[in-house]
Amino acid sequence: MSDTRYRDLSVNGLWKNNPALVQLLGLCPLLAVTGTVVNSLGLALATLLVLVCSNTAVSIIRNIVSDAVRLPAFVMIIASAVTCIELLMQAFTYELYQILGIFLPLITTNCVILGRADGYASKNPVAPALFDGVMMGLGFGVVLVMLGGMRELVGTGALFANMDLLFGPVAADWKVVFFDTSQPFLLAILPPGAFIFTGLLIALKNLIDRQLAKRRLALREQPVRGSKRVRVTGAVS
Amino acid sequence: MALLRVTSPHAHGAQDTTQVMQSVLLATLPGVAVMTWFFGPGTLVNILFGSMVAVAMETVALALRRRPILRTLDDHSAVVTASLLCISLPPYSPWWLIVIGMGSAIWLAKHFYGGLGYNPFNPAMVGYVVLLISFPVQMTSWAPPRGTGAELPSFLEALRACFAPQTYDAVTMATALDVVKQNSGLTLEALWRESPQLGRWAGAGWEWVSLAFLAGGLWMLKKRLFTWHAPVGMLLSITLLSALFYDEGSSASKGSPLFHLLGGATLFGAFFIITDPVSSAVSNRGRLVYGALIGALVYIIRVAGNYPDAVAFAVLIMNFAAPFIDHYTQPRTYGHRVRPPT
Repeated sequence: MSDTRYRDLSVNGLWKNNPALVQLLGLCPLLAVTGTVVNSLGLALATLLVLVCSNTAVSIIRNIVSDAVRLPAFVMIIASAVTCIELLMQAFTYELYQILGIFLPLITTNCVILGRADGYASKNPVAPALFDGVMMGLGFGVVLVMLGGMRELVGTGALFANMDLLFGPVAADWKVVFFDTSQPFLLAILPPGAFIFTGLLIALKNLIDRQLAKRRLALREQPVRGSKRVRVTGAVS
Repeated sequence: MALLRVTSPHAHGAQDTTQVMQSVLLATLPGVAVMTWFFGPGTLVNILFGSMVAVAMETVALALRRRPILRTLDDHSAVVTASLLCISLPPYSPWWLIVIGMGSAIWLAKHFYGGLGYNPFNPAMVGYVVLLISFPVQMTSWAPPRGTGAELPSFLEALRACFAPQTYDAVTMATALDVVKQNSGLTLEALWRESPQLGRWAGAGWEWVSLAFLAGGLWMLKKRLFTWHAPVGMLLSITLLSALFYDEGSSASKGSPLFHLLGGATLFGAFFIITDPVSSAVSNRGRLVYGALIGALVYIIRVAGNYPDAVAFAVLIMNFAAPFIDHYTQPRTYGHRVRPPT
């Protein structure tokens, strides 16, 4: 396993093939629960854990399970991982578990997870599969948390409210108020806000990509030294 | 700068974008004057402040997009968007409401999509719907019109309502559409006798505001700023639907055709909003369909929806559908036979 392969995996998961911004997978939780940072972070961590577990398990059994039954097997693995996470959250972060509601069990149907299991983990050894799970989960989670932050900030004027739901009483006063609003900006909190902000994030990513491509092109186009004679025969490219 | 969003033949009109926009501004004047007469100077303050904000935002957007600033500002489109949005806002709105509305209209609906001529949605209506969904309380508190007992605020009070909203005690009254929508138990005749804000046909003040906008619209039609198809389609379908479902004013009635034509934003929308050449359908037949469907949606949402008026929602929904309508109403090219839609 070379280092470049792990670097490719990281770049793919976090940026080039980001599950939320490029593949546009898992939009259902992305749009439904990213109203605040704490909800997003809770779902992001849960998805990350499920993704890592399922990728590892799928990679371990990849040579034993036949092609015909691989999808049901993967779904069973994912569903058991989700059930474990769900029970854990029910035990330790009960209020958050209640807020996330149906979207926790719905992680099972998140296309990111099945996509990575079938597309990568079932064809690769355990170590890279695990690493891929971490990176894809992080890429998904970062977008989820950014979206939650933007929506919470625009919608309520504050950030990190109710973080104690996830981190316990230590985090009770992590809330940062940026501006006071008597009226919440409902559009940002309601589902349309999620669509609009996701669109803005995708646009931002494309903008950065274009700037990077332009810079790379500018670096490559060095002025030609030496003879300026124009070639008039042969193939002109 | 001339914006050509028409099908061939590409005959050049004598008016460029600047002149068209100036004519639209002129045509709003009678309506704005009547609004000021009935509701006090709130709308004027809205428009003045809103236009300044819109021009500032347009400048910032143009600078960021590295477009020629003065030449583009000269087309007056930002001021037109600002005026149309501010006419739709309740008078005596606080400044932050106007700023958020302008930001959504100019940045979100117009420049994110590539500026004037590329916006799939009507910017003023995007601004209005963003505000209506986000701040339903502020967006549904209309001042009482002249003649219903309340005193009209002075210009100074209007400024205070805008820039220091916490020091201003707003007086509000349910609009005519609201009263009829909330009505249960009274026949329309009794309802009209009981509520002074219902006016003669469609709301005290409102009916005259609507007629003033109709006058401005007819003037624009005479100047050929737009064709008659979209407004006629919309007004016809509203009239038809409301006549079809009108039951001579029982307690369950949702209002007569006259009420729906003169009430709310029907005439303002028919002549100032759905005639936007950029976000509407392109061909004449297409505009007829586009207008008629907007009218139907307006009536349906007014009668069955949660919000009292529906022009903004109907226009946005049909903006989505405009390319679809265009596809099925492509005019025959001269010299060619009718091409079956693919």
